[in-house]
Amino acid sequence: MSAPSPDTLLRLDGVSRRFGGVRALSDISMTVERGRIVGVIGPNGAGKTTLFNLITGAYRADAGAIVFDDHDVTAWPAHRIIRAGLARTFQNIRLFAGMTVWEHLLVTQRPGGHVLRGLVPLGWSNPAVTARAEHVLKFFGLEAYRNVLARTLPYGIQRKVDMARALASGPKLLLLDEPVAGMNHDEAEDLRKLLLRLNEEGLSILLIEHDMAFVMNLCHELYVLDFGVRIAAGDPAAIRRDPVVLDAYLGSEAC
Amino acid sequence: MSTYYAGLLADIGILTLGALSVFVILATNQLSLGNAGFMAIGSYLSSFLTVEMQWPLTGAIVVAALAASITGIVVGFPALRLKGIYLAIATLGFGEMVRSFFLVFTPMGGAGGYHGMHHVALGTIWIWTAGILLAILLLERSHVWLQMRAVHEDETAAGLVGLNTTLIKVGAFGLGAAIAAVAGALFAHHHVYIEPGNFGFERSIDFVLAVILGGSTVGIGSLAGAAVLVLLPEWLRFIADWRLAAFGALLIIVLLTRRQGLLDRPLLARLTFRSARA
Repeated sequence: MSAPSPDTLLRLDGVSRRFGGVRALSDISMTVERGRIVGVIGPNGAGKTTLFNLITGAYRADAGAIVFDDHDVTAWPAHRIIRAGLARTFQNIRLFAGMTVWEHLLVTQRPGGHVLRGLVPLGWSNPAVTARAEHVLKFFGLEAYRNVLARTLPYGIQRKVDMARALASGPKLLLLDEPVAGMNHDEAEDLRKLLLRLNEEGLSILLIEHDMAFVMNLCHELYVLDFGVRIAAGDPAAIRRDPVVLDAYLGSEAC
Repeated sequence: MSTYYAGLLADIGILTLGALSVFVILATNQLSLGNAGFMAIGSYLSSFLTVEMQWPLTGAIVVAALAASITGIVVGFPALRLKGIYLAIATLGFGEMVRSFFLVFTPMGGAGGYHGMHHVALGTIWIWTAGILLAILLLERSHVWLQMRAVHEDETAAGLVGLNTTLIKVGAFGLGAAIAAVAGALFAHHHVYIEPGNFGFERSIDFVLAVILGGSTVGIGSLAGAAVLVLLPEWLRFIADWRLAAFGALLIIVLLTRRQGLLDRPLLARLTFRSARA
């Protein structure tokens, strides 16, 4: 268990969750330092997505504590945790089918000032909101899709919109659930560069991924889960050599 | 203007408000079949305030709308646990509960109805209708409306990207109830006589029908739906006894050919030339 530090953005202390008789996660402790890219890897069913759902408040932890940005968020509802500066993408990309790309970039933002600002037309109330949406739109190169409904977008663009929607809310920590699933090598490489750029701008990132090459070349630090238990943690080079990890997950060919 | 058309226009105004009351709730993917109940609350409470307490109508409408809104919020919380057809049935039960309450509530006339209100003319009805319609049209361009649409599209995802789905859904119920109450207050003071039978299940269905027919994705659709729903049976009078059957057939044809209703966003964009800019 790590000691509290001002550089710690997210800390899990002995978090557990069971579903019926199944121990989905047992006594998981981990930290994400500010400005770092941290990866969570493990075979299917290791509890990676459950971990995300606990951090974002979609599920409640049975035991343990989750501290985000110096707030104990263990019992907070999802919308409050996310408002505190956390944003996520979805493994199966859950966009709002009948809304345009532009609307996706507006909806997760929080118009500042008085509550009633949310009730007046967007153009009148908060130019900062549209300016931010514009910035994110450009950053992801989505200008051509601005007024396209999400349901008609090609798969690769949907992935981008999912991530853009998360970033529009201005998070301190971005959670990515298998961001390169379904992408070819070039697309994954583009995404890697994009994430590195975001990280340089100060964004901390926590991601779940199956694609080993992607994780090894991107993350500063890795946690390995197997059957709901943390079996290893460390930098990518150490993980690559860890015999426990090799046995559980990577297989001998990955050496 | 003839009394005949004035009567029809008053009906359109009141039905537009009723339709809008369903529209804002439907915008968060909740179907209410009980809005006649909120209308009844607005009707009876405003009548009590103007007749027994000698309040001015405006004050009575505002207070009735607030009271109905609180009722709507109270109804909205259990509604969070229900979806689709189950929610529809539960709200239907709520509407019937309110109607039955006024049926046995003798201080307000019970089954015999209640009267003594001062008649309000067409102008007052349409000032309220136009004002609320305008407010909804502005609301449709707001950030809150985007959040409501996100909840409509995928409630779980909306929650997980940071939207307060509870507040949005319950708030929609509160707003819808308030609008239905204004419709009720205007109805009571236009007809100067109300009875529980005015606020039955058919009334709630009329509201839903106007929204579906006019276009359930745009606020202005409520006005279009209300106008068609009031005027079409009148225009079909020349076929005498067949008119309601013909009306029903026309409804089915419209829904088969335009499931989204008469008006929707692409059509409005074309009408206002907004697509040219996009």
